[in-house]
Amino acid sequence: MITPTHYMLLSAALFMIGVIGVVVRRNIIIIFMSIELILNAVNINLIAFSNQLHNATGQVFAVFVIAVAAAEAAVGLGIILAFYRNKETINIDEMNLMRS
Amino acid sequence: MAQAIAFYFLAACILGFAVLVISTKDTVHSVLFLVLDFLFVAALYVLMRAEFLAVIQVLVYAGGIVVLYLFVVMLVNLKRPPEAHQDPHRLSRTGLFLAAAVLLELGFIAFAGGDSGAAPVAASSASPFCAAMTGNTEQVGCLLYTSYLIPFEIASMLLLVAMIGAIVLAKREL
Repeated sequence: MITPTHYMLLSAALFMIGVIGVVVRRNIIIIFMSIELILNAVNINLIAFSNQLHNATGQVFAVFVIAVAAAEAAVGLGIILAFYRNKETINIDEMNLMRS
Repeated sequence: MAQAIAFYFLAACILGFAVLVISTKDTVHSVLFLVLDFLFVAALYVLMRAEFLAVIQVLVYAGGIVVLYLFVVMLVNLKRPPEAHQDPHRLSRTGLFLAAAVLLELGFIAFAGGDSGAAPVAASSASPFCAAMTGNTEQVGCLLYTSYLIPFEIASMLLLVAMIGAIVLAKREL
């Protein structure tokens, strides 16, 4: 029997994999993909509880999360392109324009 | 039983491909593993009886966002590997250790915490009108256009602003 605990554990594991990706990698495109993994973990949690409670509200919130993820990806990739055009790098260790 | 087998298979695939996404050297391979990961998450949504979300996941994530990522990976033509230059002040290993510690902690809580109970919860719905609907898509659509109409409009406005912002950012000169 699969309980919500199983889904929450899967969600937490996926979330931590995303966090590890954000912390360890230096390629900013991979960091953005890790953020997408984190948002997917959130969606799994929302839909697991929506399924458990027989209430579709969680799925509505998941739709909003997907919309925000799409907006974030579009703006973030635009920023990456603009930065790459100026500095010829996507390594976040070299992105220190605003460091004093 | 079949549900348990399907869940464990999907969970193993999701976590395995997620690890591949963050560990592969080649960024294009990483994006392709991300597509596979999103498809398995969509299958998990079907398992949780959220068919509408599964279709949205395939269309928006696997179809739209990942293509955007692929375009950017192709556009930034890297003359040198992005991982070449390392900031000595960066504490990657500490971060990895802390994240792994949290993961272990969660696993310990899950196995030692006993069963939190799969107590069946009575059907509860925010809106009785929408709960009467049959079908997943009808329910989500009903809630989206009645109780959550204003957040829905704000989300559409957010997407419009993001679209304009992305065009402005990616344009060569204004």
